[in-house]
Amino acid sequence: MEYTLPEQFEEFADARKAGFLRVKGLKEQGGKVAGVFCTFTPTEILDAAGFVSVSLCGMSDETIPAAESHLPKNMCPLIKSSYGFALTDKCPYTYFSDLIVGETTCDGKKKMYEMLNDIKPTYILHLPQGYDSDPVTIWTNELRRFIKFLEEKFNVTITDEMLRDAARKRNIQRQTHLKLMELQKQCPPPLGGMQMYATMEGVGFVFTHEERVAKLNALRESVETNADKNQFAGAKRIMVTGCPIGGVLGKTVKAIEASGGVVVCFENCSGIKAAYQMVDTEAEDIVKAIAERYLQIGCSVMTPNKERMKMIPKLVEEYKVDGIVEVDLQACTPYCTETFKVKQLADSLNIPYLAVETDYSQSDSGQLSTRMEAFLEML
Amino acid sequence: MKYFIGIDIGSTCAKTIVMDENKQIVHRLLQPTGWSSVDTAQAIYAKLEEMGINMKEANVVATGYGRISVPYADKCVTEITCHGRGTCFVYGSQDLTVIDIGGQDTKLISVEAGMVKDFIMNDKCSAGTGRFLEVMANTLGLRPEELCQLAAQGSGVSISSMCTVFAESEVISLIGRGEPKQNIAFAVVDSIVKKVASQAGRLTLGKTVCLTGGLCEFDYLCESLGKKLNVTVNTNPDGRYAGAIGAALSAMNVRK
Repeated sequence: MEYTLPEQFEEFADARKAGFLRVKGLKEQGGKVAGVFCTFTPTEILDAAGFVSVSLCGMSDETIPAAESHLPKNMCPLIKSSYGFALTDKCPYTYFSDLIVGETTCDGKKKMYEMLNDIKPTYILHLPQGYDSDPVTIWTNELRRFIKFLEEKFNVTITDEMLRDAARKRNIQRQTHLKLMELQKQCPPPLGGMQMYATMEGVGFVFTHEERVAKLNALRESVETNADKNQFAGAKRIMVTGCPIGGVLGKTVKAIEASGGVVVCFENCSGIKAAYQMVDTEAEDIVKAIAERYLQIGCSVMTPNKERMKMIPKLVEEYKVDGIVEVDLQACTPYCTETFKVKQLADSLNIPYLAVETDYSQSDSGQLSTRMEAFLEML
Repeated sequence: MKYFIGIDIGSTCAKTIVMDENKQIVHRLLQPTGWSSVDTAQAIYAKLEEMGINMKEANVVATGYGRISVPYADKCVTEITCHGRGTCFVYGSQDLTVIDIGGQDTKLISVEAGMVKDFIMNDKCSAGTGRFLEVMANTLGLRPEELCQLAAQGSGVSISSMCTVFAESEVISLIGRGEPKQNIAFAVVDSIVKKVASQAGRLTLGKTVCLTGGLCEFDYLCESLGKKLNVTVNTNPDGRYAGAIGAALSAMNVRK
């Protein structure tokens, strides 16, 4: 089948052009692309249905002005950026998605998905947001509904055995990723947070299981043999937690590492939170096992968010953390509100805690770096 | 004589403190930062030399948002650490809470045993800062200190917007409807106090609360802040130099 490129393709920078051609190539070989936004997306099901899942989370302010022609100004920059990319045909993965999969997580995303559906077919999974009302049954039913939808819409068959196989593979990917991140438990850590984050981002756009695992293993081996073990000797060990931070790394992680700190652990979506829990692949009901796995993710859309409150103290100990920096995106009600509870938790652990709220612009970079510097002077 | 110099280049004012080996303050300089902190830093250098200080020998620590624009500084330290240290020196206490209302940001710093334990700074927004007061004073055709004096005689009006731009238009409509100036001034100060108090809710306030920064000489502001927080807010003429004093003290630890 032939696929066409967006009209303004020739105006794009080389890296973006390459991205478009790569996905176009994948589609022309019969590949199907699912655009996803969230750590809650049950990728096992998409794998079993023969989809390649790619993250569509927007990390740049480039498309925000376009998005603001439809969305409110005072809204999370990630949501605006993602929507803006869809609206302007600037993201190859959004452009070539056969399906976008969203979850009812935060209000902003929920409402944005309704509008996104007018640009690209968007399927919504209804995520239960608490633990008191039998969330496993609700979420398992949602996953079954999703399986049925995919089977009917895309004329595929998804068997339990296929799901089990996909879950085994995803578990291997998670374990391999975790092993790479766990190198940072060493004192001093072999990598800076900026370097570690780059490895995590790179793996997100690799299309097959085998390639992903090979790439993660190769990265780990290369760190073990080549990294300068003393480049962060004496640096204060920082844990970063909060919202997805791919769009604000320079103002936060880079600033921490320019002020005598080193980020040893990302609790955020693309970090440990996404890799920590495994699916019980031997369980009798594999769909239920997948559902149970995802419900252990400590995201602030859960109320109360007990998993995050359990995870933070554990990581503080495992990674010998000297200070916690919470980075939240502007207008993210769930995370920004939760800072109060996380501060109380940090106080009880006797670990200094700093929370900042920021967006994708550069206007507050001076203020943020002062805060990061002062926080490190305090440690 | 060896000197220890602290230079605090803020968004509005540049403050310089010269200390001798016995931690005695021998000079205080104050000047507007202007549009170029690099030029300001050079002007301070020239002025200090003129005063007979051997700048090649002196230890210099720079702080404030313009700290990176002081090429002759031996070290840069953030204004959070410097304000903590300087305030302890000015008030002779090692355990206190600093409220610094600066030109472009407001910080609350909790200090225990002379060390910064925790701090809060406003997010990218000028509500509750010196700039907010300055803009409102301008709109009312007053100097900031006049606004604060006048506010003491006002009452009964409040500004609901925290945003400087929106609050300005709110003030303009108050002027338009003929509200007496002192009542508007009251509302302006009240708005700053409320904003600072809500920030204070995220920090454990110590027994001694000290105001630093350019607004610390405005008695009425201190008084209203104290009432709102239910503490005594201490002020001192050296309060606006707290950051520079902290920097000068830091300069004593610099080895050259």
